[in-house]
Amino acid sequence: MTTLLQQLVYGLILGGTVGLIALGYTMVYGIVQLINFAHGEIFMVGAFGALATFTWVIPEGVKGTWYITLPLMVIAGAVVSMVIALIIERLAYKPLRNAPRLAPLITALGVSVALKEAVRIWYPGATAPLPFPKEFLTGSIELGSILIPKTGLLIIVVAVVLTVLLQVYINTSRMGRAMRATAQDPDTARLMGINPDRTIVLTFAIGAVLAGVAGVLYGVHINNISIDIGFQNGIFAFTAAVLGGIGSIRGAVIGGFVIGLVKTIAGQYFPGGTQYDYVWIFVVLIAVLVFRPQGLFGETERVRA
Amino acid sequence: MSPLLEVRNLSVAYGAIEAVRDISFSVEEGQIVSLIGANGAGKTTTLRTISGLLRPTRGEVLFRGRPIHRQAAHEILASGIAHCPEGRRLFGRMTVEENLQLGAYVRNDTGIEADMQRVYELFPVLGERRQNKAGLFSGGEQQMLAIGRAMMSKPKLLMLDEPSMGLSPIMTQRIFDTIKELQADGTTILLVEQNALAALALSDRGYVIDLGSTTLEGPGLDLLADQRVRAAYLGEG
Ligand SMILES: Nc1ncnc2c1ncn2[C@@H]1O[C@H](COP(=O)(O)OP(=O)(O)OP(=O)(O)O)[C@@H](O)[C@H]1O
Ligand SMILES: [Mg+2]
Repeated sequence: MTTLLQQLVYGLILGGTVGLIALGYTMVYGIVQLINFAHGEIFMVGAFGALATFTWVIPEGVKGTWYITLPLMVIAGAVVSMVIALIIERLAYKPLRNAPRLAPLITALGVSVALKEAVRIWYPGATAPLPFPKEFLTGSIELGSILIPKTGLLIIVVAVVLTVLLQVYINTSRMGRAMRATAQDPDTARLMGINPDRTIVLTFAIGAVLAGVAGVLYGVHINNISIDIGFQNGIFAFTAAVLGGIGSIRGAVIGGFVIGLVKTIAGQYFPGGTQYDYVWIFVVLIAVLVFRPQGLFGETERVRA
Repeated sequence: MSPLLEVRNLSVAYGAIEAVRDISFSVEEGQIVSLIGANGAGKTTTLRTISGLLRPTRGEVLFRGRPIHRQAAHEILASGIAHCPEGRRLFGRMTVEENLQLGAYVRNDTGIEADMQRVYELFPVLGERRQNKAGLFSGGEQQMLAIGRAMMSKPKLLMLDEPSMGLSPIMTQRIFDTIKELQADGTTILLVEQNALAALALSDRGYVIDLGSTTLEGPGLDLLADQRVRAAYLGEG
């Protein structure tokens, strides 16, 4: 029983990370119908941006003070992710806005390889995994016999809070309305005076900030990062977005938690253990899609003219 | 004084298919002007080009004397042209209220709430169900919302593409009365209608579009009396 509960905790921590990344996949797909395969790498560069800030920007004296260091790293990671995502959007995706769907999709794959290689070449020491600072936030909270790492708890709380804030923003703000309108019917949105470029840029920016924050918190939790974390978590996040119903905010996060739980539970209890935990994620995905092709919270139909 | 809207020798193509060929017409400030013509004549294409969703292959569109045919759709709306598109095109997963708020997207004045109330007075069913999703309304109710939404930007020029489509005779009359009221309030109207009889009776001026070109023009009542119009569009002769 203790093992099960403990695994559930680990599942939720992974789920929080995956969910935060999945939000970017789902929002970008909702507005431009692009599976942005480079989005996993946006998560990765966020983590590296934060590490660079810790290593070279934050003064020695305050490195151990978590309430200074952590916010600075989170902000740095979010900014790096956002800037890179916006550059990619402008240079790689925007020129292909009216091209056949396959073109931006292939471009996204190329961008993701390019980003990963760029970090490998230019980030000092990134050819091997790098230690990520952890000294400033250590220890666990004991809940009966289970342990909840503080860093893990932070991920879960941040994932839930940011999702709720995002939902409120999209459902009630003027720009949120513009984003939904553009996603539902881009031409008619333009007839309302909405500048599609602005809503698209905002969508990429929000998705990238969430991924960047996830990257930093992931690093702080796992205590090391490598250029491969983007691919692995990106695949999980993409799966989460499809599982939850691509285009749906709440679906992406719930999908993230489902995947986190499936992976840890399967790794513990299913034949093959952690060697086969990936397999079970896709088994669940396929099982859901057989019965609900639109995903858990997807729209049954997309009315597009 | 130059007309509020002037379309000069406009041609628009979808790929190799030329849908509008050398159309010219103008809309004077304060008028109601109708474009009538058979299915596929190019009326919708013309409106979509004026509002910036399509680019002309030739010709120009002048609004208050300034060329707008190279501007983006959102800039054209902001400069004072609203377009209530064919087939309503509501945001079906949003509420009535949200659709109206989107109509007022470019405004930041304090009159938005009052204008929304005006739409609700005009179409009480919308007011009663303002929190319902637009996609759940009947065709006629959706048409009311589409018109209300287009009014919300307070346009100088309001373009309506078949506003009476799918409406009962009573609702159609209500829509035409509304168009008259909007004109009285100072809005200029460019109307595309299948219902040529009602449209021309209401219009200060009408243009007949045939196979992508303007073939006849004149004051609405004169066109109504024209034998060729009666034969082609009013089912007579
Ligand atoms: N997206 C499109 N691609 C290709 N051809 C199109 C497209 N839209 C319209 N057309 C063609 O352009 C011509 C003009 O169409 P348009 O919709 O402007 O006519 P309309 O006068 O509004 O007709 P209706 O009264 O049926 O609404 C038609 O021959 C139509 O088939
Ligand atoms: Mg039409």
